[in-house]
Amino acid sequence: MAISLKINGENYSVDAEPDTPLLWAIRDHVEMTGTKFGCGIASCGACTVHLNGEAVRSCVMQIGSIGDQEITTIEGLDSREVKAIQAAWDELAVVQCGYCQSGQIMSATALLKKNPTPNDADIDTALSGNICRCATYTRIRNAVKYASHTISVKEI
Amino acid sequence: MRYTKEPKIADAVSISRRVFFKKTVTLGAGFTLAMMLPGCVAAGFTPDVAEGELMANAFVRISPDNTVTIIIKHIEFGQGTFTGLATIAAEEMDADWGQIVSEAAPANRKLYANGSWGTQGTGGSTAIANSYMQMREAGASARYMLVAAAAQQWGVPVSEITVSKGIVSHKSGVSANFGELAEAASNQAVPKEVNLKDPKDFTLIGLDHLPRKDLGKTDGTAIFTQDIKLPGMLTAVVAHPPRFGTKVKSFSDKKAKAVKGVVNVVEIPTGVAVIADTFWNAKKGRDALIIEWDYSEAMTESSAQLMQRYRKVGEGDGLIAHTSGNLDEAFKRAVKIVEADYEFPYLAHATMEPMNCVVQITDDGVEVWNGSQSPTGDQLGIAAALWTLPGNVKVNTLFAGGSFGRRANKNSDYVVETAHIAKENGQPVPIKLVWTREDDTNAGYFRPMYFHKLRAGLDSNGKIIAWQHKIIGQSIMSGSVYAAFITDGIDSSSVEGATSLPYNIPNFEVQLKTVESQVPVLWWRSVGSTHTAYSTEVFMDELAAAAGQDPLAFRRAHLSDDPRYKAVLDLAIEKSGWGSALPANRSRGVAIHKSFGSYVAQVAELVVDDKGQYKVDRVVCAVDCGVAINPDIIRAQMEGGIGYGLSPALMSEITINNGAVAESNFDTHNVVRMRDMPEVQVHIVASTEPPTGVGEPATPVIAPAVSNALFSQSGKARHKLPLGTKV
Repeated sequence: MAISLKINGENYSVDAEPDTPLLWAIRDHVEMTGTKFGCGIASCGACTVHLNGEAVRSCVMQIGSIGDQEITTIEGLDSREVKAIQAAWDELAVVQCGYCQSGQIMSATALLKKNPTPNDADIDTALSGNICRCATYTRIRNAVKYASHTISVKEI
Repeated sequence: MRYTKEPKIADAVSISRRVFFKKTVTLGAGFTLAMMLPGCVAAGFTPDVAEGELMANAFVRISPDNTVTIIIKHIEFGQGTFTGLATIAAEEMDADWGQIVSEAAPANRKLYANGSWGTQGTGGSTAIANSYMQMREAGASARYMLVAAAAQQWGVPVSEITVSKGIVSHKSGVSANFGELAEAASNQAVPKEVNLKDPKDFTLIGLDHLPRKDLGKTDGTAIFTQDIKLPGMLTAVVAHPPRFGTKVKSFSDKKAKAVKGVVNVVEIPTGVAVIADTFWNAKKGRDALIIEWDYSEAMTESSAQLMQRYRKVGEGDGLIAHTSGNLDEAFKRAVKIVEADYEFPYLAHATMEPMNCVVQITDDGVEVWNGSQSPTGDQLGIAAALWTLPGNVKVNTLFAGGSFGRRANKNSDYVVETAHIAKENGQPVPIKLVWTREDDTNAGYFRPMYFHKLRAGLDSNGKIIAWQHKIIGQSIMSGSVYAAFITDGIDSSSVEGATSLPYNIPNFEVQLKTVESQVPVLWWRSVGSTHTAYSTEVFMDELAAAAGQDPLAFRRAHLSDDPRYKAVLDLAIEKSGWGSALPANRSRGVAIHKSFGSYVAQVAELVVDDKGQYKVDRVVCAVDCGVAINPDIIRAQMEGGIGYGLSPALMSEITINNGAVAESNFDTHNVVRMRDMPEVQVHIVASTEPPTGVGEPATPVIAPAVSNALFSQSGKARHKLPLGTKV
């Protein structure tokens, strides 16, 4: 049965069962591979996408339950927040293996959208659901603050 | 058809006939180059060279568009080989960093072997160490050919030509970039000898914040094995045995095959594989399998029983791994004898990208896509499984989403599993094996469980005069191709770090007792040091306490004559503010350890809340890894190595329960998250020594540093990992 999904502003008709997790519809049907599989139980954050701008774990979200809500993946991010975050990630050389970083960036972008000047506790809350086994956490933390700063400077 | 362990001869013949890998490569101008590369031709290497390109050697290719491609023989999985090895070659070429592109080398033992052990592989923090001179020579050789071509074209002496940032120029004003000279340079002879730079003239090596060359990792475009898409590709999910030592007795695939998208169900030596169009359909198919398992040889022990067995073994003597002086006599002289036992659980690597691999078997050969730490090992493993020659197996090395030793499997486990599925499926389509997180956690391989027994004697001045260390655990190398490295019954990876302490101890002995278990074991970031650094460095604090001395003063009083230990310890101590007053709810711990040639000292500072819970708040790390090629990558590896080591220090363990793994996913297998990560400050000792590794050496030092901080806080030494959350 075909299910309609709105991903990065485009409509996709996905021929998959309604219980298929959004993650696997994105990866195997829509064939966008920036969103990663890490755990399948919403415990590691590698699969983070935005649903109506909120960070959600796509590995536990069934496609039959989404309807016409807006899904954004790493490929579709185009906000000033993500540009500041990607620039900060490069500037601070955050990435190591890189596998978790799409998810980290999705979570960080959603955080900055809601809270442009997060403190350490805010970052802990927003990003402790995203595991990085290379433990790039200190750099992620600094890069979020760096991006927050560049956004606020630009606003002035 | 039931699986039979030995392939039938007919199968073998038909496979070797089918598996004939195409050797036809359009060489064009490149053929001449290949001829000039005797090493390459002899190694069966057919460089992928286009018209007008210079394949200067196995590591440097220069294109007419001025791109310089550096071929990287070590996998990039975050530790920085794409940047680090390219830095070294680019340095000697006087290339512009912006023109450098890094590319993974194909599997080729003759060209791309690790100089540390002879096959192509990444491990033991050797990538920079074994490549340093090789990449310098490769870069210098390419530069020589470019300069020779320019001299010929311009009719000027070589000595009058200068090269800077990718521009070759002569004082007359004429100049050319590398790309413009590539074709002419391809007609120059490969030099037999090259001059290397004086390190004081380095412009790229040692430069901070050189942009990295492993790109596409912040916009989702980097391709990992999980992301490979090929025409006709199918996904396989495997039902593995529920307990170690279990085999398939029989199974019914009726319901599995009824799942939409399921294409095939095949039995393989490691279980039953369901092959489908997508991962989700394959997984649903696997969930619908009905398997009867043969438990006749299944493991029944649990971790607690294993530890009891190890403790019993520890009561006796093991094999002597290292000895010096007269231990018995020294213990008799000692005025105080201190003893302590330490327990270490199994540990999972838990890479973010669970194990996966793509294998395609066609009439042309076997092709593999994998983020492998040991491309030639996997090539051999697949060749053996398919009864073909390694030369028929083409290995494409991709970025790996973490590895930490896991993708350097001594039996090429998941890689061979994929090959078996592709073979049993019998179709020339690519098969992508995907392990779920639970598969990854349950199957192993694991860092072995260990039991350590330490005993030391102090004299009346509080000096250690006798030290005996017994290590009990499984051997990683035993029963694998690496068994040849076991000498006189000693697997050096079980005792490394224990046999080379940073201290002068006159009467000293390390014993090893290797025990057996059905749990599959493997090297895990920093291997032997994961446990030896802990037991020896926590024991040092216990001895200091017994001697009534400050742990730092006690270390200094025993410190090795090797000045690099002192330098790294002094640096960490100075930067940490050691000795300055702390509030009662804060404490510090220090540890020092050398692994893979690099010296690391760390001071961990923890803070305790009013409920007795503690958090590691700050870590100061000093490292001496010789010449610092990329200082920022060194810092990143120290930070990451500390974060990785903090998981088993605080919370991670794999528990065996009736022959099965009790943990399954990140809800039960806890790892360090953002909220657990301390602030980390890294300081690099300036050095002109040859470069050594940085991927592993930070990892083993954090657990003893934290444990010693806890000891300082509570007065109670910790003899078991993980340490948990309470003081």
